[in-house]
Amino acid sequence: MTRRPTFLLSVLAFGFAFFYVPILSMMVYSFNASRLATVWGGFSTKWYGALMSNSQVGEALLLSLKIALVSSTLATILGTLAGIALVRFTKFRGRTLFSGLVTAPLIMPEVITGVSALIFFLLLAGWIGWPAQRGFTTITLAHVTFSMVFVTTIVQARLLQSDRAIEEAAMDLGTRPWGVLWDITLPVISPAILSGWLLAFTISLDDVVITSFTTGPGSTTLPLLIWSKVKLGVTPDINALATLMVLAVGLGVAVAGVVMNRAEARRLADERLAYRAQG
Amino acid sequence: MGWFHRRGWRDLIIGLPYLWLVLFFLVPFAIVIAMSVATKTPTAPPFSFGGAHPWVNLSTYQRLLTEPLYLRAFLISLTNAAATTLFCLGLGYPMALALTRVSRASRNILLMLVILPFWTSFLLRVYAWMGLMGKSSWFNQGLTSAWNWLVPADWAVTSLPLMHSNFAVVLVMVYTYLPFMILPLYASLERLDPILDEAALDLGSRPWQVFLDVTLPQSVPGIIAGGLLVFIPAAGELVIPTLVGDAATPMIGRVISDQFSQARDWPMASAVAVALLALMVGPTMLYSHYQARAEGTK
Repeated sequence: MTRRPTFLLSVLAFGFAFFYVPILSMMVYSFNASRLATVWGGFSTKWYGALMSNSQVGEALLLSLKIALVSSTLATILGTLAGIALVRFTKFRGRTLFSGLVTAPLIMPEVITGVSALIFFLLLAGWIGWPAQRGFTTITLAHVTFSMVFVTTIVQARLLQSDRAIEEAAMDLGTRPWGVLWDITLPVISPAILSGWLLAFTISLDDVVITSFTTGPGSTTLPLLIWSKVKLGVTPDINALATLMVLAVGLGVAVAGVVMNRAEARRLADERLAYRAQG
Repeated sequence: MGWFHRRGWRDLIIGLPYLWLVLFFLVPFAIVIAMSVATKTPTAPPFSFGGAHPWVNLSTYQRLLTEPLYLRAFLISLTNAAATTLFCLGLGYPMALALTRVSRASRNILLMLVILPFWTSFLLRVYAWMGLMGKSSWFNQGLTSAWNWLVPADWAVTSLPLMHSNFAVVLVMVYTYLPFMILPLYASLERLDPILDEAALDLGSRPWQVFLDVTLPQSVPGIIAGGLLVFIPAAGELVIPTLVGDAATPMIGRVISDQFSQARDWPMASAVAVALLALMVGPTMLYSHYQARAEGTK
């Protein structure tokens, strides 16, 4: 291109301002001394102090992390199995229904997933007496169900790209099925499994709607706590909480990005060396 | 065919996720469909089959089609989702195109910056706009000054009514769903060969003509993918209309939630859910059709 695309670059700059001005404004106002969340009243860190002394926040965060850890791990196991099943077993009874079941939760509006899960748990409690109370277990079950299909999508894409020949060679050389899965298939798709797990973890940690339908008394996750406060309006301590969360996520993503870039660069360098050694 | 087709393994790999999805997704959903033809009763749980309407009671669907509340909510949801999709396209397309024109090093950083808001809490991104749109915020006051300067003096206001409006709902939906539009658009634009552009330029096309004749037609799959990734969740959105919306213009997600929790009309909540899903089936079929085609050409 000979001309500088001035128009495109200015839209890009506007777009990034649109993305980041609200977040930056929220971060700046977390240091606002005034109780009125949107009027500047001088610099202060008192809302961070208020946040630290609020035990509810810590408890909610802990519950959210527990649910996210358990549900994303289960979702990764189930989602990976589903991905392997769909790519490696092209014919089995009920495959059409299965692939439909794997796609449907992706497009199901969260309200409907939430309402149907709640009706299901309420009726189940009436029929078999379980779950007697909603909370950790019901939230986790619901999270596993709607996040496992994201893992499946990622694993499926990775498996479709990978080379079947290696697995077949190992089989021909007498490796047992379990060995093939453990030594070849899983290592090949491990980056997909890891990103699937991360995605499932984030989805669970961030979910409001489905959690609000499947929770019970005493089980307040961090998004539910924020949701109940935010419904009443803008408050300075939520600004402080938001700032901490944005910084934590930003730092995490930046570190993950650098690590992945390095690994990718190393892999490319290794490949280049390998080709040079051959040729 | 290859590896472990031994029955035990195969059954386990297929069976576990299958069983899980049937139990926790298909069964609850089947219950919702059944519930939509049940009869509301003042008992607990608040529904029954039979009674005056033996088993299948279609009166809920009849109300859905005749009471203006429901039709209006559907209309508002579809209009809002369509507006959100169009605005996302208008802003996201030039952004995605610009991302293909910057150097490779800055491209990676900029792409990361597109994805980053997506990793931060959805609720907090909505909340950030609540802060900006409030009556006394610097953003609202800045816009108010601009408004007062532009319009005749008797239209002047002390602050713009941004919060709790349908405008706010669309604005915040554009904000939260924009990455869903940019990423598939970028993926399809990045694959285009710049030589085609240069050829068209050499042959005397003007730049905007090159865009219309060369770039745009080739990016249709990206437009459709991005459009549906925005439209589908926007149509069923619950959090955004609850926080920044206006109670007089309810979206369908809000209606489902209110019918279920407040009116305790489970059959009605279920019928509205079934109708919303029926509306989603068309766009989704379109999406998988284009996905399959895009994968076929790769």
